[in-house]
Amino acid sequence: MTAATRSGQRLGAIARQRELGLLVILVVLGAAVTLRAPQFLTIANLSQVSVLASVTAVAALGEALVILTRNVDLSVEATIGIVAYVVAVTLESHTFSAPVAILFGIGLGLLLGIVNGVLVAFLRVPSIVATLGTLSVFRGIDYFIAGSHQVPLAGLPEGFTDPARSDVFGVPVFVLVTVILVAIGTVILRSTRFGRQVYAVGSNPEAAAILGIPSRRVVFTAFAACGALAGLAGVMWVMEFGTINGTAATGAVLAIVAAAVVGGVNIFGGSGTLAGAALGALFLGFVANALPLIGLSQFYLQAIYGAVILAAVAADALILRRLQRSRTRRSGR
Amino acid sequence: MTAVTTSATPRFGWTRSLARWETLLVVALLGLIVLGNALSPFFLTAGNFANLIAALMEVAIMALPMTLIVIAGEIDLSVESAAGLASALLGFLWMSHVPLPIAILIVLAVGALGGLLNGLLIARGGLPSLVVTLGTLALFRGLALIVLGPIGVSDFPEAFTAVGFGHVPGTVIPWPFVIFLVLAVVLAVVLHRTWIGRHIYAIGKNSGAARYSGVRVARVKVGLFMLSGLIAALAGIILTSRLSSARADAAQGMTLTVVTVVLLGGVNIFGGSGSIPGVVLAVIAVAVMQNALRLASVTVEVQSIALGLLLILSVVIPTSAHRAKSAIERVRGGRPPPPDSVPRGEQRIPSVEEEPS
Repeated sequence: MTAATRSGQRLGAIARQRELGLLVILVVLGAAVTLRAPQFLTIANLSQVSVLASVTAVAALGEALVILTRNVDLSVEATIGIVAYVVAVTLESHTFSAPVAILFGIGLGLLLGIVNGVLVAFLRVPSIVATLGTLSVFRGIDYFIAGSHQVPLAGLPEGFTDPARSDVFGVPVFVLVTVILVAIGTVILRSTRFGRQVYAVGSNPEAAAILGIPSRRVVFTAFAACGALAGLAGVMWVMEFGTINGTAATGAVLAIVAAAVVGGVNIFGGSGTLAGAALGALFLGFVANALPLIGLSQFYLQAIYGAVILAAVAADALILRRLQRSRTRRSGR
Repeated sequence: MTAVTTSATPRFGWTRSLARWETLLVVALLGLIVLGNALSPFFLTAGNFANLIAALMEVAIMALPMTLIVIAGEIDLSVESAAGLASALLGFLWMSHVPLPIAILIVLAVGALGGLLNGLLIARGGLPSLVVTLGTLALFRGLALIVLGPIGVSDFPEAFTAVGFGHVPGTVIPWPFVIFLVLAVVLAVVLHRTWIGRHIYAIGKNSGAARYSGVRVARVKVGLFMLSGLIAALAGIILTSRLSSARADAAQGMTLTVVTVVLLGGVNIFGGSGSIPGVVLAVIAVAVMQNALRLASVTVEVQSIALGLLLILSVVIPTSAHRAKSAIERVRGGRPPPPDSVPRGEQRIPSVEEEPS
């Protein structure tokens, strides 16, 4: 067994521990909050938290995929916003039926993701600059087409927002969608050529290029998939909130990146899982829900997102450094 | 400033393209001025010039340290929140009856501390600046909201608001523009005429080689991020003074414009090249562009689209031109692809392995 695969397995083990650790923190946090505010641990509240977290989680899956390739997508919130508005307004004007509108929303997200993918993978603009630019462009287009118009809940067809409020055998539909997406994504990442290429490009782009891995195509696909998932999140946003204007999802990118990073998706690329990103979203949803229950204002939320990102990244760096030190020691150097 | 970059990069021909980039900027600027003049008779008046420049001064001031940071191969996304935190803190301190001079000193110190946090995590912790400053982007804004909440403080004394709003006596030159010019001259001298500047370029070109040549990479980077935090706080104070209102959501979205100005000024996003005069030119170009768009009654939404496109284009055009040029040279000389035909961002990936343990 070579050192590389061994360290790869160790990294995987640490990533799994991260998910376990996050679960433990969730349970402890839940218990602590419940002691102060018993209404936290009710089926109604928990399902509300998990439904809300699902919207972030779906977008975080795409973000995780992009981060795995050592890039970042800051434009997801604008994609969610523009898709949410376009879907809502086409439903209001009866241009599309509900299923067509949903497909159209995902397709629009895919298109915006492709724009990012072309910029980063083929025009070689660093992802931070490219997506900072498209964040401004997409949001500008969103404001432009929306103007001061707002689609009210009553403007949507009857039953369109039901998926956000219904469940299958007690499991909310949104949670089910997220779990299915995580399952599909995990199979793709683990068992297909593309999945292995994603991890290869993220852990060592130069080595991946030497091995003949089409890294540009991999990065392009990751951005396109991220766009499509953000599109789906936009559709879910409409179902969840009902009333939509041009400012939907403003500022959501921080929660989405934080979810992926706190879920153990390593910002240095190449390690992390989709389940972790989804758990990260659930964790942040818990925190957001628990704050008012323990008497802290919502203003703390933004600071907590920031602190969580910093803590998670610092932890990743510490783990990586320790791993490398032990690897050099074992190989006798 | 050309002398410094020329001596540092004789092979890449980057200096020549940079010079051409600046020429391009001047031409674009002249075109915009002609266009603006055609749009409105008020465009070329001194009063309009004062207005168009005053509205962009916070961005311009924050763009100066950002220039040094990008040249050193890093980025600071947190500046807008640092400015917001400064505004909120100033409002809070004034509300709590702290004398204004002391309040301003505290705010500046907090700004520098925030920058220190960024710098330590990035330079000592070996973390990517992109994610660290994304984290502090949220953290500083959150702190601003915690400090001041959703309220606005606006009962500042006139002597204070005069700084952001007033002009140099007898002229139409706004005070913030004077502050910007002084800062620009100081930082231009530091960057283009001192060893500190040479170290910054060396770090941006090849941080490993710089370290082995005796450059204290971590110390320089911590210093740069502290400077960025300090100046962002200064920009926050100026903004508060100009709007005579302190708010927790001040300066929201400003980072985009700051980064756009820096990259439009010809600073290489992969680090290692760029100049303060170029960025000053870009500040004026963006100010003129925004003013012309406003005079043409273009909506704010379209302006935001234009700004985003400008940001992307100011990276796409030089990189594509560079790649096309090296491809042509390769074909002409019948040589194998040179190593610099691979964009430098793909070559030089910051990883923990490169950091000193």
